[in-house]
Amino acid sequence: MKVIQISVFLENRAGRLAEVTKALAEADINIRALSLADTSDFGILRLIVNNTEKAFEVLKDNGFTVGKTEVIAVEVPDRPGGLAAIMDILAKEDINVEYMYAFVQQSGANAVILFRINELDKAVDVLTKNGVSVLPGEKVYQL
Amino acid sequence: MIYNDEYETMPREALEAIQLRRLRQTVERVYNTVPFYRKRFDEAHVKPEDIKSLDDLKRLPFTTKQDMRDNYPFGLFAVPMGQIVRIHASSGTTGKPTVVGYTRRDIKVWSELMARALAAAGVTQNDIIHNAYGYGLFTGGLGVHYGAETLGASVIPVSGGNTKRQITIMRDFRPTVLTCTPSYSLHLAEVAQEMGVDFKKDLAIRVGIFGAEPWSEAMRQEIEKKLGIDAVDIYGLSEIMGPGVAIECIEAKNGLHIFEDHFIPEIIDPETGEVLPYGETGELVLTTITKEGIPLIRYRTRDISTLYKEPCRCGRTLVRMARVRGRTDDMLIVRGVNVFPSQIESILMQYEEVAPHYVIIVDRKKALDTLEVQVEITQQLFSDEVRKLQELEGKIEKDIKETLGISCKVKLVEPKSIERSVGKAKRVIDKRQL
Repeated sequence: MKVIQISVFLENRAGRLAEVTKALAEADINIRALSLADTSDFGILRLIVNNTEKAFEVLKDNGFTVGKTEVIAVEVPDRPGGLAAIMDILAKEDINVEYMYAFVQQSGANAVILFRINELDKAVDVLTKNGVSVLPGEKVYQL
Repeated sequence: MIYNDEYETMPREALEAIQLRRLRQTVERVYNTVPFYRKRFDEAHVKPEDIKSLDDLKRLPFTTKQDMRDNYPFGLFAVPMGQIVRIHASSGTTGKPTVVGYTRRDIKVWSELMARALAAAGVTQNDIIHNAYGYGLFTGGLGVHYGAETLGASVIPVSGGNTKRQITIMRDFRPTVLTCTPSYSLHLAEVAQEMGVDFKKDLAIRVGIFGAEPWSEAMRQEIEKKLGIDAVDIYGLSEIMGPGVAIECIEAKNGLHIFEDHFIPEIIDPETGEVLPYGETGELVLTTITKEGIPLIRYRTRDISTLYKEPCRCGRTLVRMARVRGRTDDMLIVRGVNVFPSQIESILMQYEEVAPHYVIIVDRKKALDTLEVQVEITQQLFSDEVRKLQELEGKIEKDIKETLGISCKVKLVEPKSIERSVGKAKRVIDKRQL
């Protein structure tokens, strides 16, 4: 039930992000979701793409520092309180969220949110038991 | 192995007697043949006959790099050009190049000392030496080359640059000894890895002889681990001769034996010029006592070191100098604190998360010096969590603060973003307008 996210270390330098997107474009890779965390020194770009392996290789070959991280994609009802209910489930189980970001695309009537959690297995378990839908990787890459 | 048993293991009294005799001859000769020295000695009210003991050396004035520049190009030569067979020059990156000339005998002495150096590092005539020091005006390439031939080893004069071809040659020719700058050895390892060549398994290098730039004990360990070799420190400078002035023995790898039958070392306080006793750290000063082309009296090397005269287990009786900690002109004064790039390097080497490629940037903002250390992160240990990377920066900053006593900013940068050099690595960028 896990989704592989690609992360790229970026120096704070004009044009660096453009080089990433250009490399992906040339390799015909589609970005499904992304988030950029930044500090005064550097940024970390996190991406969900339609072809993880290929994107990883392409970026590495272009000299980027690339990592792979497991995240989970959770379907969140698109209405007030939708996310709150999910956060509540995690909080009750004392599960800490490192970071999260949203998909642009919806899955049916639901929003899709990506969570990075250290205790991934436990989170999947708890969420499913509470009737929350956790999307498998194959589905997420093709959303 | 000891190449010249007689001179390298000579009892100290006999060695010092030879030194005194050779010193007096040199002083006499430069006074009579080089107008610069006659003028300097006269100004200092010292005559060649005043040098009656080795202790009298300190009565002689120093010679500096500036003196060599002022007498550019051949003003300090002590023989007519007809007797000079070779000319070398420093790169001149910090001003006019310094030019040195060698007589046939100087080349012979240099070749022997370099052969001694190679032997001290465990090299024999059965070895193949991959000599990646630059050939040309720089003394590194030809110095090692002549020493290798004198020793009878096979030498590949590959020189610097074209790193991929170097890896191919190392894989195909199977050299057993690598000679280059320490930073270039790590670059070679990096390129080998990119080419899918395992430095330890696919290559036959067992010992590296590294010099021409200051490096730390931690960097030695890093090189030894990455390349799977013994790394030995060699010292030399073109003004004095070139590589082979001093070398570590492979037995102890603890201090570099100075070939004192040809050079007299002193350590001085760089501020006052006062001679410091054994065991104290200061600027290394060298006097050549056999050189014909361009003898130098009390040449200020600007290298920071310490002299030890305790006997070494390799059997050599020669004085040892501590690995060069830095240069008096590399020494940064940041907020009044003396900082050597090598100190920062030692700290960085303790972190697996960063590569041994770094640059130190000093700037001044509103009359306050700022120190920034940029260091490359390694692909393997890259974390996608901002917090972890910031913690790493913070940990290194804390270590530097604890060691140097000044705060600095550590900035992680992308791998391979810091410029690689095939010669001497540029570690410091000083942007201050002083």
